[in-house]
Amino acid sequence: MTGWKALTATELKPGDALPELSVDVSATAVVLGAMASRDWRPMHHDHDFAVNRNGVKNIFLNTPNQAAWFERYITDWTGPAGRLGRIRFRMKDSVFPGDCMVFRGSVESVATDNTGCAWADVALELAVEDRVVTECKARIAIPAAEGDNPWKRRGDQWKPRGKEADSRVGLRAASRR
Amino acid sequence: MSDLPAEIQSWIGEKCYEQKGEFDVERGYVFTSCASVENGNPLFWDEKVAQDLTDGWIAPPSMLSVWFRPHHWAPGRAEPAQPLQVHFDLKQKLELPEAVMTDNTITFGEPVRPGDRLVTWQVLRSVSDIKQTKLGKGRFWVIDVEYVNQRGDWVGTETYTGFGYRRDV
Repeated sequence: MTGWKALTATELKPGDALPELSVDVSATAVVLGAMASRDWRPMHHDHDFAVNRNGVKNIFLNTPNQAAWFERYITDWTGPAGRLGRIRFRMKDSVFPGDCMVFRGSVESVATDNTGCAWADVALELAVEDRVVTECKARIAIPAAEGDNPWKRRGDQWKPRGKEADSRVGLRAASRR
Repeated sequence: MSDLPAEIQSWIGEKCYEQKGEFDVERGYVFTSCASVENGNPLFWDEKVAQDLTDGWIAPPSMLSVWFRPHHWAPGRAEPAQPLQVHFDLKQKLELPEAVMTDNTITFGEPVRPGDRLVTWQVLRSVSDIKQTKLGKGRFWVIDVEYVNQRGDWVGTETYTGFGYRRDV
């Protein structure tokens, strides 16, 4: 393989910090992020709509693009062998053009499930001027040791929800429309 | 006792708006998405890495919803189609003209690959009583969006928490 390193579970322990990432946000970045995620809603490209309809100060980053930023931040750290299992984020405030986004994170736990898959649970934040605007938790499968590859896991060997009960089975089949 | 209209209570837990993607998963959007966040992960740029790790190209997992966002315009379509239609149904039925998303959880299954044609459906999980927030008065709701590929393999679930509201005057 060409020029990349895989972070392995043996290198991690709770409390480890992820490298900080700073990004200056432009209006272009907001619009590009919205268009890249096929989000045509006007609050992500139309300043007048955002201010006069939504009551905010400018256009702002959309949800799927924030997910893409967190994915990038995580895999910058793990390398390409890191496989996202779950990402959960809460947006407390918006990110606007002119803001400097700062991503930070730390390892909360490192564990191996009953299939032998190694997982890192991390707590992340996106801050603007030291104000946390988005909180994020992520569960990432990482190689247990050199040569392991979480991407090869299929079916019962892939448990991204961890111990959390899967309440999504048994959905009612009837369609509302 | 909940003050939620009976019609909306009846939506909770129902599978609805099952639909097939309007287009195949494709690498053009993968590049645009990576460019938008300056994501240099070689899985999306280096074919040898993609082959070695994931048996070929995949799409960034966080792009799950991208493959179902409707075209802004299409022939014969009188009005723009809405993604996450349950969210807009709730806004309309509850007469809450503004809305924001507050929480988003994405759980990832099988990798999504160029050429896949995904299928999705939505399930309303809950709607809160009326709450007052700094944005205005309204309700929170939780919607699951499930995704499978053309073989029926589960590829992911998104859970959105939205807040529909009326601005304070």
